Amino acid sequence: MSNTVKSPWVIHYDGSSCNGCDIEVLACLTPLYDVERFGIINTGNPKHADIFLVTGSVNEQNKNVVKQIYDQMPEPKVVAAIGICACTGGIFSECYNVLGGVDKVIPVDCYIPGCAARPEAIIDGVVKALGVLEQKRLAMKQGGNTPAAAEEEKEA
Amino acid sequence: MGKRTVIPFGPQHPVLPEPVHLDLVLDDEKVVDVIPSIGFVHRGLEKLVEIREYPEMVYVSERICGICSFGHGWGYSHAVEGLLNAEVPERAEYLRTIWHELSRIHSHLLWLGLLADGFGFESLFMHCWKLRETVLDLFEETTGGRVIFSVCRVGGVSRDMDKETLNKVVKTLRGMEKEIKELTDVFFEDYSVGNRLKGVGFITKEQAMELCAVGPVARGSGIRQDMRLSGPGIYNELGFEPIVFEEGDCWARCMVRIGELFQSIDLIEKAVEKIPEGDIIVPIKGVLPAGEAYMARLEQPRGEAIYYVRGQGTKFLERFRVRTPTCMNIPAMVKMLQGCDLADVPMMILTIDPCISCTER
Repeated sequence: MSNTVKSPWVIHYDGSSCNGCDIEVLACLTPLYDVERFGIINTGNPKHADIFLVTGSVNEQNKNVVKQIYDQMPEPKVVAAIGICACTGGIFSECYNVLGGVDKVIPVDCYIPGCAARPEAIIDGVVKALGVLEQKRLAMKQGGNTPAAAEEEKEA
Repeated sequence: MGKRTVIPFGPQHPVLPEPVHLDLVLDDEKVVDVIPSIGFVHRGLEKLVEIREYPEMVYVSERICGICSFGHGWGYSHAVEGLLNAEVPERAEYLRTIWHELSRIHSHLLWLGLLADGFGFESLFMHCWKLRETVLDLFEETTGGRVIFSVCRVGGVSRDMDKETLNKVVKTLRGMEKEIKELTDVFFEDYSVGNRLKGVGFITKEQAMELCAVGPVARGSGIRQDMRLSGPGIYNELGFEPIVFEEGDCWARCMVRIGELFQSIDLIEKAVEKIPEGDIIVPIKGVLPAGEAYMARLEQPRGEAIYYVRGQGTKFLERFRVRTPTCMNIPAMVKMLQGCDLADVPMMILTIDPCISCTER
């Protein structure tokens, strides 16, 4: 196992969520749930991050921001969509300014349901995301293309 | 005079849990102007009234904001009850007040933590959030949800609390009081905390009035304004008196919120003593009267929120409009930021307790 899997750093971006999931993401990092004891640190810098946690759905205004953060993150990287809004748009899916889930803009590896998603569910989702991260890392090590590069090739 | 530079702040920034974008115009280290731009969280949920019947809209309005969600549900329900001339059972009003004050404790503890994180005191942040979990446990026990409860209905509340649970709520809060005291003493007495907050982000009473500041921002500048004096709920029976500080700086706004933490505990205890027996919900049926409108005003943890509803003779509202506290405090924040040092910018943004998802809905 690599160091990234032992102590993954996360970056959190609030798409257009109602704050419910955001504060639950932060609650995971604070003493009761305390994922920091496993080396998981919330960073503000996309270039330091391994896991991208997105809460809330995407809209015209923030889709570029989400895409930019994703593009700045180094490979291998995984994306977890937290809460029903990030998965599908949820209760707001019929709103005029909601495009839908985060997977409309960037590839999502792990969907965490709930409104708001409970900290236990978020931690479980992040653990699943770590498995995906390890697979991606191994694939890169064996000389395969990174998923992003493969996608670019396909488009070309 | 130095060269003017523009520094973009946000939408993704370490001190901001939510996306808001500010262009800071700097003259050397001094901020001379600020241009806020919002719209990253806009969902357009007010328009959902066209496809959701009015009892269902309670759930949508609770999701205006996940931090003060109970208050939004209450504000909307109160507005629709006003439109229908419905009388809510007294016990329901008491229960709503208890949940709303619990939300205030949770919101202020959350904010104190974010403020501590903003000035780099990480262990204080962790302590605040640890205490907050006790309140969330109470929510989970009494409503079933940690952040979004869905207990408010048009006409009352859907869950009751028995005597035992109510006493447990008071006992837990009284148990927390000592820990909160220890925690808030740091904000009162610590030299470096005072250095970051005292005299920073000053705004006079006149300026606060002129810029229509609400909530703790107004009360920190010496304005005795609180919707709990006149809005829904049973605050008058509890002998409520708002906490006002005259200093008008970041420290005063912080002290107002700390005072409200203890005040909310007292209010809950008094409400539990006085709560009457009876129904918790009245059945409400029928269509909303055409052409009539009602405006409800409610004191959220961040300040006064306004809920405007207008009927059109069907089960759907014609118009639902929310004016939230942060929206009113942004002009005051811009005023504070003009002339401050770049390093103090996060403090001022945090002390208005911005809630962007409320503001943009």
